[in-house]
Amino acid sequence: MELVNPGIGLIFWMIIAFGTVFFILKKFAWPSIVQALKEREQHIEEALRAADIAYEEMKKLKIDNELLLKEAKEERDIIMSEARKIREKILDDARVKANEEADRIVESARVRIQSERMAAITDIKNQIAEISIDVAEKIIRQKLQEPKEHQAYIDKVIESKPF
Amino acid sequence: MTLKSILLLLLLFFAGADIVSAGPSKTNEHGEKEAFDAGKMIVDHIVDSYEWHIATIGETHISVYFPVILYDEGAWHIFMSSKFHHGHESYKGYEIASDGQMKGKIIRPLPDGTFVRPIDLSITKNVFAIFVSSIILILVFLHVANAYKRTKKHAPKGFQSLIEPLILFIRDEIARSSIGEKHYEKFLPYLLTVFFFIFFNNIFGLIPIFPLGANVTGNIAVTGVLAFFTFMMTIVMSNKYYWQHIFNTPGVPWWLKLPLPLMPIIEVVGMFTKPFVLMVRLFANITAGHIIILGFMSLIFVFSQASIYAGYGMSLLSVTLVIFMNFLELLVAFIQAYVFTLLSAIFLGMAVEEHAHEEHH
Repeated sequence: MELVNPGIGLIFWMIIAFGTVFFILKKFAWPSIVQALKEREQHIEEALRAADIAYEEMKKLKIDNELLLKEAKEERDIIMSEARKIREKILDDARVKANEEADRIVESARVRIQSERMAAITDIKNQIAEISIDVAEKIIRQKLQEPKEHQAYIDKVIESKPF
Repeated sequence: MTLKSILLLLLLFFAGADIVSAGPSKTNEHGEKEAFDAGKMIVDHIVDSYEWHIATIGETHISVYFPVILYDEGAWHIFMSSKFHHGHESYKGYEIASDGQMKGKIIRPLPDGTFVRPIDLSITKNVFAIFVSSIILILVFLHVANAYKRTKKHAPKGFQSLIEPLILFIRDEIARSSIGEKHYEKFLPYLLTVFFFIFFNNIFGLIPIFPLGANVTGNIAVTGVLAFFTFMMTIVMSNKYYWQHIFNTPGVPWWLKLPLPLMPIIEVVGMFTKPFVLMVRLFANITAGHIIILGFMSLIFVFSQASIYAGYGMSLLSVTLVIFMNFLELLVAFIQAYVFTLLSAIFLGMAVEEHAHEEHH
């Protein structure tokens, strides 16, 4: 019976104590706790969403980057092949030009040689003519003397004439 | 963790010490060998009293006395409970009833054998324990609230992180799911207060060191007040659908309401049985736990009356069982606080439910 016989004083003080606790906590504790929890949850959710967006953007950027890299590679390949072509062309051109130059040089040398030769031949001709005239003159001068000596003399003259 | 378990074990042994001192004192007081009365010892430890008996060493009682506040025949009487000398003496014509309906309460006996019960607003053991736990509650939660102001948007720290899961649990699993998204925030402060009030007092009731260890939530007056608060909250916050549900329950045949208002009567009785159930459930569960723990402890003294060695042997078994019971009671402390809060939330949810719910019947 003692157990289920509530004391009026205990009821009175319990109402006051619980009421006070409820009032103080309701006024000073719960609002800031509940509010802070709510704010934190929102904050976390926003952060998660932002992270998602950032991740998506990063993925997009990565794809863009890869595309860019691929394009750059292709461009590089094109440039490289073009460069190769140009190089070959330049080399070819150079080779052709060199050949032409060489031909030209050879030709001009040949022309020069020809002309030199012609000059030399002319010179020789002239000298031969001169020598011939000289020889002939000397032969003519000696003719009237001895034929044998004549012959020897001709030989001597011819020998003394350097060609 | 291990430190905490060691502390807990120490507390449990102190629980034993308390009763060890209380048990034999009953035999010594009258100077003669009096049989150990387990039932009396258990009830003495569970019910409210005007003093807080901590221990008895030899003939000396170590007790904390509280002021007795009486209002009788238009006058206030305020004096310390030590004047009663542990209930053996009367003071100013008042005494603590030793038996009868008012056993353990202050009465003023009349010459004709009847008695008058004065209005008794004394600070008793439980009132004192409620004050202590209220102060602890207020300090703890003001501290936690400050912590929330400080750590805004960051992870909880220290004691705050111990409390936070419970707050979230009450908010999400109790308030939100029982009351609904629309109204739950209005009732959250009340539900949180009720939960932590019951939970803290349940836990404190298991710690047998002054000023904790009073059987606060196992007292029907305390649980009654809590249930009354829930009841008042339901009445004050209820909307018209709640009253329509009670007096003109939708979906019920008219002959159950019309000449004889059977359904309304049942519903009105239901209004009162709900808080009554709240009151009794918490009281009975917590009291039962205390009784079992004290009962295991009494076994030691019951056995030691037969033989001192039987008492020693029994103490090993008893302490083991009490340790087990204490762990169980830790669980019960949480579950009963949870159940009280959940049922309060469900009743409050019924009071603010908005749709006319014919489809449910």
